[in-house]
Amino acid sequence: MREFFGFIVGALFCFSVLAQPEAVAPEHESRYYSLLKELRCLVCQNQTIAESDAGLAKDLRGEVKTMLYAGATDSEIIEFMVSRYGDFVLYRPPLKPTTWLLWFGPFILLAIGLLALARVLRRQKNMSSSPLTEEEQAKVESILGHTEE
Amino acid sequence: MSKYFLPVILFFILASFLFVGLHRDPTTVSSPLIGKPAPQFSLPRLQDSEAVVSERDFQGKVVLLNVWASWCLACRDEHPILTEMAHHKVVPIYGLNYKDESADALRYLADFGNPYVANAVDFSGRVGIEWGVYGVPETFVVDKAGIIRYKHIGAITQKDADEKLLPLVRQLQSEAP
Repeated sequence: MREFFGFIVGALFCFSVLAQPEAVAPEHESRYYSLLKELRCLVCQNQTIAESDAGLAKDLRGEVKTMLYAGATDSEIIEFMVSRYGDFVLYRPPLKPTTWLLWFGPFILLAIGLLALARVLRRQKNMSSSPLTEEEQAKVESILGHTEE
Repeated sequence: MSKYFLPVILFFILASFLFVGLHRDPTTVSSPLIGKPAPQFSLPRLQDSEAVVSERDFQGKVVLLNVWASWCLACRDEHPILTEMAHHKVVPIYGLNYKDESADALRYLADFGNPYVANAVDFSGRVGIEWGVYGVPETFVVDKAGIIRYKHIGAITQKDADEKLLPLVRQLQSEAP
């Protein structure tokens, strides 16, 4: 039983092991970390290179660091990565014609949903707001009267 | 009737997207380097660290650049196919020995055979980054003009070789330099 709990605790902790980005000089620190969070690790695709412990992520962090020290701008570093690994390396996909559906699709779906909801609500309102004519009322009463017998 | 028409259409559109998505491998990311000149490099040669391997060695011929390492298990799967290609002298195969100990790499070649014309030692993986390598094995097809024409990610199967790589190599070899 003890081993079992040990195993569970161990299993919980193994998810908390995150990458340890290399230390950089204080003046580069904020740019370094913000760049790492913009770049995807292509090995573990749902992690940024800041989080991933894969060898490639480590190498790419080193590359970002080297370029920062060499005086490259943020956009030069991003450009360098995109020209080698493609747009996929960007954690936030760029806005361009091929990604319009990705960016605006959810809003289009939301608009369709709202339109449909509005239509349904309007129809329901129309139904309840028209009172019965005298003739209909009489018919209802006669039917109800019959069923009650 | 028309009430059900729209939802059915929407269902089929969604289903077709999902169906296509089901058959796509998210781990293969197409390379932006296709159609671009092969990135420059100059690295020591595996068998002779005094000598240099560079992209200039590819000049004027169609070549394969195979990224491999002795620690890479999938590389062992494709190795017989590379050896077979080398045996028939279909196309010169250059190797980029990626983040590997040279002693291990040499032992690997001694054990499994050496299909490579030459191997470039990329111990740091720096040249790998230039080529957009993110997993080994990867194989690039470079044409006579030094342009990358195709990238195969993962181990080459016999099917990949017969249906994709070899026809492409033959087509490129028939092109004017």
